Amino acid sequence: MRVLAAEIENDGRDLAAETIGVEKEWNEVSPLELVRKISACGIVGMGGAGIPAHLKLSPPADKPIDVFIVNCTECEPLVSADFVIVKHHAGEILTGARIIQKILGAKKTLVAADSAARESVAALSAALKDRKFRDLSVVALRPKYPQSAEKILVKTLTKREVPSCGRAADVGCVVHNAATVRAIAQAVLAGTPLYQRVLTTGGPCVASPKNLLVRIGTPARDVLERCGADMKRATKVIMGGPMRGNAQADLDTPVIKTTYGVFAYDTLVPGVKRYDCIGCGRCARACPMRLFPSYLMRFVDKKKTADVREWGVVDCIECGSCAYVCPAKINLVHFMKLGKYRLGGPDAGHAACEGLA
Amino acid sequence: MNETVPETAQPLLHVSTPPHIRQNESVPTIMLSVIIALVPTLAASAVFFGGRALALTLVCAGTAVGTEALLCLLLRKPQSVADLSAAVSGLLLACTLPPGLPFWMAAVGGVFAIAVVKMAFGGLGHNPVNPALAARAFLMVSFPSAMSAFSAPAHGTLFGLERGLDGVSAATPLVYFKNAMASGNFHPLDLQDAIGSLVLGNVGGCLGATSGLAILAGAVFLLYRGIIRFRTPFAFIGSVFLLSWIFNGTGDIFSTEAFIVPLYQVFGGGIMLGAFFLAADPVSTPMTPFGRLFFGVGCGLITFLIRKFGAYPDGVCWAILLMNFCVPILDRCGRPRRFGERKQRA
Repeated sequence: MRVLAAEIENDGRDLAAETIGVEKEWNEVSPLELVRKISACGIVGMGGAGIPAHLKLSPPADKPIDVFIVNCTECEPLVSADFVIVKHHAGEILTGARIIQKILGAKKTLVAADSAARESVAALSAALKDRKFRDLSVVALRPKYPQSAEKILVKTLTKREVPSCGRAADVGCVVHNAATVRAIAQAVLAGTPLYQRVLTTGGPCVASPKNLLVRIGTPARDVLERCGADMKRATKVIMGGPMRGNAQADLDTPVIKTTYGVFAYDTLVPGVKRYDCIGCGRCARACPMRLFPSYLMRFVDKKKTADVREWGVVDCIECGSCAYVCPAKINLVHFMKLGKYRLGGPDAGHAACEGLA
Repeated sequence: MNETVPETAQPLLHVSTPPHIRQNESVPTIMLSVIIALVPTLAASAVFFGGRALALTLVCAGTAVGTEALLCLLLRKPQSVADLSAAVSGLLLACTLPPGLPFWMAAVGGVFAIAVVKMAFGGLGHNPVNPALAARAFLMVSFPSAMSAFSAPAHGTLFGLERGLDGVSAATPLVYFKNAMASGNFHPLDLQDAIGSLVLGNVGGCLGATSGLAILAGAVFLLYRGIIRFRTPFAFIGSVFLLSWIFNGTGDIFSTEAFIVPLYQVFGGGIMLGAFFLAADPVSTPMTPFGRLFFGVGCGLITFLIRKFGAYPDGVCWAILLMNFCVPILDRCGRPRRFGERKQRA
């Protein structure tokens, strides 16, 4: 059966489950046990993709991991949920990093932060003074969207290029974002499952935008109204951020584990007057994967499957940079998604890759 | 579903693919920048060629815009005049015409540029070649004598007349050069004094192509705004400079004369206008970095060959038009390696 969201009846008591708790210090537990625990607590990647954390923590034997990266850079402009977590819980995140380093057996652990987020960097540096964190090092990066994307971050930090259709593990790296690492630490140290998360609210409809700690399953309406949003005026509600988030048709859509932001707009995309592509090539210059969205758009439109494949639609990370800069205001990301779908069916990204190999 | 809609119903939410924010730059702002960049050039033409140059410019721009408006109306397409692209095409066409061209011929060019080259292919973004250049080519083959009758600027240097070579028909720097080469009476040092007038634009020639200085001013603005990119124009100008330096006709490439010839070649004729405004037109030029480089080099090479061996004194127009047709193949060959792309499978 396919369900969009589970309905859970509230007993109204708000108590911790009896199963929560820990028996042993984490460094006495085997990596396999730790991964089992993380899996049982339902930890997933909280930066957007939502890949179950235990999968990334169990790389195949033929792909040894030597670098583990804690991604404290913000995943999108206007979102600051990770900044806040890093600022207030730097120690917890670094402990989580040590746990993961032990699980992966990684030689090196890098903590990547945005240099502009001074308070987060300061918090990390202060926490790092503790001797138990001597194996970790912080790298402050100049903020540049979409730096937070896994492939880009791995390239920036290690100069290694994740192959097309590949994962970071293919080049010996694992990346987890700050929120996920903290959730892992809480799962291992206290047995806490992933039942709440920090998210950013914003958009012209929201009177007082803020970062909130929200239970998973809270409807978008409640989150927004809590921040003084006038929902009568809202014409567009986005789960996620303005660059990659999904526009919602229903205000009762619940916050899920990957919802790092909820935004409400009272206008449609500004400057929506559309033109035909003038071939200026700004999309290609903006593309971090060195694709040519303009050509891909034409090939997808004309159903030229061989060209769509050759020009590498499967490599698109859907960061939205191309459409953001497009002076003709073409929904390029839509065409990329459509191209992937046509290549590989509903399970787009992956099946399309299989077809390539 | 038979739910009743509550009275306080939420207005329907708009659903679309991300991103949900967009940059302010749009097609009209780009076109407006091109028009602003053309202002120094048009001002220079008014100074050197008088009010008639401005009148000719207005005729071209007016017919171009009028044709687009009329066709949108007749074809029941959404009105597209406001994107300013027709105005840009009209202004660029005017820049490539001799200042003394009869108004009606210019009007024919304006109609041709928009109706045949642009709208027949589907409007902005779909034309395979640059509308202004194609219209100029059309006028050149239709009215060859009118298109090569250049009057002198009001107070400028009239090449050929001074030198007493070929009378009025040898009025532009390139025609003078070509005749001098042909007659074997060629002394590069004779050209030295003319370089100043050439850069300033106080010479006979096409309305908007004579003043290298004014064009450069506009080009700096466009480069700063990120609307044109360095690669194509500099590859174009660089290759013409290099070729005419190596084959300078004096047999020596390190003498003073050897450097006068390429300078003269680059500033005389339409290279500046062609490189910065016509070969950098986004629609009809490549998108890949490698493609843009080769587009520029190709334009330079063809221009050089036409100037040296062809029947026309200048070859910029034909060079760019020919290269326009090479765009698909240049882009296909020039696609850079994608992020994470593996080497070609055998």
